[in-house]
This record gives sequence, C-alpha cells and structure tokens, in this order.
Amino acid sequence: MSDKRVVITGLGVFSPIGNTTSEAWENAVAGKSGVRKLSRIDPELFTSQVAGEVRDFDPSELLGPKNARRNDRYTQLAMAAAEQAWADSGLDEESADPERVGVVIGSGVGGMETFENQHAIALDRGPRRISSMFVPMMISNMAAGQVAIDLNAKGPNFATVTACASSSHAIASSVDAIRLGRADVMVTGGSEAPLTMMSIGGFCSMKALCTTFNDEPEKASRPFDKDRSGFVIAEGACILVLEELEHAIARGAHIIAEVAGVGMSCDAHHITAPAPGGEGCARAMKMAMQDAGMNPEDVDYVNAHGTSTNLNDINETAAIRAALGAQADRVLVSSTKSVHGHMLGATGGMEIMLTALALKNGVVPPTATHESPGEGCDLDYVPGTARKADIQCALSNSLGFGGHNVCIALRKYKGDS
Amino acid sequence: MSLENRIAEIIVSRLNVKPEEVTDSANLKDDLGADSLDMVDLMMDLEDTFNLKISDEEGNTLQTVGSVVSFLKTKGIEA
Repeated sequence: MSDKRVVITGLGVFSPIGNTTSEAWENAVAGKSGVRKLSRIDPELFTSQVAGEVRDFDPSELLGPKNARRNDRYTQLAMAAAEQAWADSGLDEESADPERVGVVIGSGVGGMETFENQHAIALDRGPRRISSMFVPMMISNMAAGQVAIDLNAKGPNFATVTACASSSHAIASSVDAIRLGRADVMVTGGSEAPLTMMSIGGFCSMKALCTTFNDEPEKASRPFDKDRSGFVIAEGACILVLEELEHAIARGAHIIAEVAGVGMSCDAHHITAPAPGGEGCARAMKMAMQDAGMNPEDVDYVNAHGTSTNLNDINETAAIRAALGAQADRVLVSSTKSVHGHMLGATGGMEIMLTALALKNGVVPPTATHESPGEGCDLDYVPGTARKADIQCALSNSLGFGGHNVCIALRKYKGDS
Repeated sequence: MSLENRIAEIIVSRLNVKPEEVTDSANLKDDLGADSLDMVDLMMDLEDTFNLKISDEEGNTLQTVGSVVSFLKTKGIEA
C-alpha cells in the first residue's frame, strides 16, 4: 500500500440547506430542514409532493448565459460547486500542475431534464428536431468533462454511476488516484438534478418516496424514526478538493480533514433491497476501517446513509452493529438527510463534507427530525439536537440501488501526526 | 420586423451574443463564437422560423450573417 496520505483542502456546495459550505454546515448543525413543497414541477402529479430543492441558483449569473444554455442543470450545479471548492482550496496553475489535477464527479442519472425535454420534442416534431446539444448535455460524464474545462484540469477524468453511491465512489476513486501517484489533486464529488417527471414518477412507482408528510415537508425525511415512510428526493452538488498531504503542506494549504480509508463492496443480492442484516454495508465499513488503520473502538461517529426508508434504516443499523460490535452502543450515528433530503448521486459528497466539518469543528450534526426510534433502530442517532464531541475518527456510508456499498473513513487532521 | 432583424434576433438568442456584434460581415464561428454544434441548432432555428429546409451543403456555405440574409432572400423569404 502506498504511503501517500490524502487530505481535503477545499469544499463547494449547492444544496437544499445552502449554497455555501458555511451556510450548509450551520443549517445541518441547527437541524434546519431545507425540504419544502415541490416547486420545480407540479406536485399534484405525484404521490410524494415534497423535495429538497436548490434555491436562489441562477446559472446565467454564476456561469454565464452560454454555459447555462449548453449544460443540463446537473452539470450547472457541479460547475458552480467546483468553482467554489477550487476557490476555497486556494489552488491555481502555479501551485498545481494542470496535468496532475484530476476530476471525478458522480451522478446517478445525469441530464434527466434534458432527456425528457428533448424526448418530448422528438415525439412532437420528429427526431430531426433533436438538439445537437442533446447528447453532450444528457450524458452523465459531462459534469466531469465540463469542470475540467473550467479549471483546466488535465489529469485523470471520469464519472461514476452507482445510483446513490455515485459520489462516494467518485471520492473513493479519487483517493486511489492520489495514492497511486496518478494525480496530486483531485476535484471530486457528485451532482444530481432529479426533480423531473420521470425521476420523481419512477421513484414514486417504486414506493420509495415519503408520501405521508406532504403537508409537513420539514418533517418528511425521518431517518430511523418509527414514522418514516420513504426518502425525500433532493437535488444539488457537492465537490471536494482532495490533495496529497505533502503537496498540501508544501503550499501551506488549509486542511479540513484527512480521508484515511476506503471500503467498497456489493450485496450481490437484489436490485434494490439491501442484503439481510446489512451484510454488504458491514463489509464495506470493515474494509474502510482496515484501510484507515482504525479499530472499531476508534470510531466516534458514523454519518449514516440513513435514507428514511423502512429497509435501509433497519439494515444499516444492523450493519453498524456487525461492523463495530460493542462500539455500536457508544458510537454517535446521524443522518443529515433529515435536513437536506436524499441528493441521490450527490448525497455521498454532501455527507462526507459534513463529516469532515464535524471532525474539524468537534460537533456532530443531528438526525434533526428523529423523534421515536423505529423497530430495529436502536443506536444513538443524535436525535433533534447537535452534539459537541471531540471526535477523531468517523465513517460515512453510501449505498446504492444495485447493491453498491461504499464507506469512507475520515480522521481529524491535527498537523504533524 | 425586417428579415435582417429577425435573423439577428435568432443569432443573438442562439449564440448569446450582443445585438451590436451581429453585423453583416460578422463570421458566425470566428466572430460570434459558434461551434459546430451551435451551427446545427442555428440551422434548425432558421428552418423552423422561416419554414424551409436547409441542406447540409447549403448550411456549410452560411459563414457570415450577411450570407444567411442573402441565402434566405434567394429562397424567396423577404421578412
């Protein structure tokens, strides 16, 4: 194994709980939900009528009218978040060789809105009226391609597509790229813009979305709670700048946290349902701890995938018990999806960012909406209120349809250690 | 609205350029920044607006704003 260490030196976010890192962090800690009545599309069309939307996002103003017109919303969000993260890192072409800067950005589905709009044109007026921009706007790797153009990042570049684990796979692959010496800096995370007819309609048909809190959107995403009834669909992008430790130290970068280990596995069980007992998730968690050189008793905090679906929350609880043993009765567990909803292919990025900030600030954000634990949900989920805790080691889980499991291990950065 | 103004309006909206940049001699690619993908969509805009077919060969001859104007006039479109 490589002796290279990987640290986070920049963060950028456009999310239902804020369009800057500080705003998103403050809202996560305050437990202030960004879930509202769906407004990007008529909510009456669907059984689930709540969503986490990115508000006050003007792509023309942020990216220029041409970029706004030629990119799907998912790419626009990724571009805006990446610009923010890059600025936060303080990197430029002097401090990072462009050929040593890579980009990996995950998305569950990519340009869904573009697909639907152009399909409607094709049905109405024939395939000869499909825009020449349709393919580049729709494909799920264009966020990575476009961000590279923006930042002149000429290193390794690709997209990861593993449903709700997409951005965690992106971050995991970026850690690998730095450890393997393929890049010094990786701009990575995820983006999703799924508030469209086909996405919401499709998830409603699966009975995956919350339908019981249409009149109380802020309470709809209730991970591990007895009244949970499905996840809350959300959009957004979260981008991290990962950097090789010595590279970061040499330029005097501000280091937010260390990404210490990666674990990944597959359930090989069912297309959408998790394996019984969270078996696959537990293996990913153990692999991440081993990679990071952590023992179960070192783990102070688990940022759970915690989707607020019946099956996820029971099985993930079992997975945490299986992976941590006796430490599961001491570890703090929270799902910030309680406030930002499920950002699908962007959610891992969002949660790894919040986990890094929890380590840096010594505060664990709560499972804000959690009131009474559901059956089989028997951990300390940090209900309602944030907890001050001098946490040193944390794990962040992301699980995707297809049985994909990713766990990222993070460690508080304390200078020369 | 004159034919020139209608064409200018389409170009401004498709290429996100300022109206004053759309002069008779302005080259769609070199001066107004269109790439090959923009050109395809621009031809579709012209076809839809003026209700005509533009073949690929004809489209390739349309390099400047002025050439678009004169092409449409040869097709019998006045305004």
